[in-house]
Amino acid sequence: MTTPSVPRTVRILTARLAQACGVALMVSVVCFLVVQQLPGDAAYRIAAGRYGADLVDSAAAQGVRQELGLDRPVWQQLGDWCADLFTLDLGRSLVTTRTVVDELGPALLATLQLAAAALLGAVLIGAALGTEAARRPGGIVDRMCAAWVAASRALPPFLLGIGLMVVLSGRAGWMSSAGGDGLAALVLPALTLAICLSGLFARIIRDAVIEVHQSAYVQFARTKGLPERVVIIRHTIRNALVAVVPYVGVQAVVLIEGVVVVESLFSWDGLGHALVHAVFWRDVPVLQGASLVLALLIVAINTGVDLAVAALDPRPRHAGVTA
Amino acid sequence: MTQLTAPPQVSRPHPAHPAGRPRLARLAHLARPARPARFVAGVVLGLLVTFAVVGPIVWPEAATQDLDRYLQAPTWSKPWGRDDFGRDVTARLAHATRLSLVLSALCVATALLIGGTTGVLAAWAGGWCDTLLRGVAETASALPALLIVLLVSALAAPGALWPLYLGIAVAASIEYFRVVRSRASRVLATDAVEAARLLDLGRWHVVRRHLWPDLRPTLVTLASLGMVTSILAMSTLGFVKVGVQPPRTELGLMLAEALPFFDVAPWMALAPVTVLFALTLSLWGLRSEEVVSR
Repeated sequence: MTTPSVPRTVRILTARLAQACGVALMVSVVCFLVVQQLPGDAAYRIAAGRYGADLVDSAAAQGVRQELGLDRPVWQQLGDWCADLFTLDLGRSLVTTRTVVDELGPALLATLQLAAAALLGAVLIGAALGTEAARRPGGIVDRMCAAWVAASRALPPFLLGIGLMVVLSGRAGWMSSAGGDGLAALVLPALTLAICLSGLFARIIRDAVIEVHQSAYVQFARTKGLPERVVIIRHTIRNALVAVVPYVGVQAVVLIEGVVVVESLFSWDGLGHALVHAVFWRDVPVLQGASLVLALLIVAINTGVDLAVAALDPRPRHAGVTA
Repeated sequence: MTQLTAPPQVSRPHPAHPAGRPRLARLAHLARPARPARFVAGVVLGLLVTFAVVGPIVWPEAATQDLDRYLQAPTWSKPWGRDDFGRDVTARLAHATRLSLVLSALCVATALLIGGTTGVLAAWAGGWCDTLLRGVAETASALPALLIVLLVSALAAPGALWPLYLGIAVAASIEYFRVVRSRASRVLATDAVEAARLLDLGRWHVVRRHLWPDLRPTLVTLASLGMVTSILAMSTLGFVKVGVQPPRTELGLMLAEALPFFDVAPWMALAPVTVLFALTLSLWGLRSEEVVSR
C-alpha cells in the first residue's frame, strides 16, 4: 500500500514518532502504578534509601513526604506525572536526589558505546562465519554454522558472559573481568553481546551470500577471471549486506535485553545497570527514565534501519504481510 | 533448503502499514530439525520432566542445611555435592527445574491463549479492530520482554512469582499475536476459505478445517520456543537477583549463588548450567517448522 503523495521518509518518521509516544505513555503509566503499589510507606522507604535504614524516624519520613508531595490524591499525582514527562522533566532520583537526567546521561553514553561495539562485533563475526559457510553449502563449516545459530539461541548472554569471564580472565588471565579503564573494560561485555547476536547475522549473511553467488553479475565476474577473493569482497559482500541491514532492527530488541544483563554482569555503568538497581531500590524516577531511554533506543535503531533500507533499496514495496 | 523466501503476499487489503518497512524481515527461516535430533530432544526433555516431577518427591527438603559438610564434593549419594550451606545441590536442582518448567508452561499457555485469540480476531474482523490491535502490538514491540518483566516486578514485593508470570506472558503474547495474525490472514484469504464462506459452511467450519490445521505446527513451534525464552528470562532475572529470591531455588539464582565458590566447588555452578542447557536445547530441538525470530 504505497501512497505516492506522501514521501516514504515522512511516513516512516510519523509512524515511528507515534510508536515512541505510545511507548512513553505505556512506560510512564506502569511506573506510576509502581509508585502506588510500593509496599509499606513510600516516604519511609525513600528516607531509608537516602539516609540509611538506621537513621530513619518519622520526622525524616514526614520531610520526604512533604518534599515529594506524596500526601496528595492519586489522580493529581498521575496528572503531574504525565505532565512532567511531556515537558521532559524526568524528576530526581529518590535515592541520590540528583536529577534523573544527570544520573542517566553518562549511563546512556556508556550503553551506546557498548551497544555500538557489540553490533559491530556481531556483524564482523557473522560476516566471517556466514561467508565461510556459504562457500560450500552443506559442508562442514556450514553445518557448524547451523549448530552455532542454534547454540546462540539456547545460550543466554549471562551464561556466555560467565563462560568468557572464567576462560579469558580467570584461567588465561588475559584481561580483567570487571572494572579497569575504558577500552579494556569494554572488551568482555561487548564480546559477549557480539557473540550472542552473531548467530542470526551469520545465518542471514550465509543465505544472502549464497543467493548473490548464484546471480548473473557474480557469474560474470567469475567469467571475467577475477580471483575468488576479489569476487567475494567486491561483489558478494556489498550486495549481501543490503539484505543484512533490516535484521539490525530485528536484533535491536535482543541487543537492548542483552545490554541490561551484560551490564549487570560486568558492572558496566550503563542504563541496564541503572535499571536493575532502580528496580532493586524501587527508585521509580530512575526506573522510568532508564526504561524510557532503553525503549526509545529501540525505536531509534528501528527508525535508522527503516531509513537506511529506504535509501539502499528505493524500489517501492508492498507492506502487506506483517509478522 | 533454507534460503530466505518471501512468504506469499496477503491479497486482502489492509490499511497501510504504518512503518512501511519490510516486516518480512522478521521471519528468519531455519531448517526443521532432522528426525533423530527431534527424537533425542524428546528423550532428554522427558528425562528432565521426570527429574522435575520425581525429584522433589524423593528429596522434599531442599533447604535442609548441614553446615558441617559445606561445599562437599560430589559423591554417589549426592551426585552434585553440597553447597555453601551444606544443602544437597541435587535436591535444589530438582526443585528449581520444577519451578522453571511449571512457570514457563503457565506463561506460554497464557500467552498462546491471549496472542492466538487476538491474532485470529484481528485477522478475521479486520477494520478498526485490526488497526487497534496492531497499533498496540506495534507500540509494545519496542518494549523487550526483560524490560516489561523488570517494570512489572517493581510492582510487587521482592521475590513474588506473579510479576514474573505476568511480565513474561504479556511479552510473549505480543509476539504470538503478530505471528498468528499474519498466518491467519494468509489462510483466510485463500480460495478454499472463500469457497467455504460462499457455501455458507459457518465460522466453526473455517476454524476447524482451515485455520487450526494450518496454525497448529506454528503454535507448536511458538510454544517450544516460548518455553526456551521464558526459562531463560526467568534464569536471567534470577541471576540479576530481581526475579525469584532465596531461599526459593531457581536455576539462574543457583548459578549466581554458586559463582563465588567457583574455584573451590565448580560442580555447584555446573549443575544449573547443565540443566539450563539441556532444557533449552531439547525444547529448541522439538520445534516443528521454520523459526520465527525477533
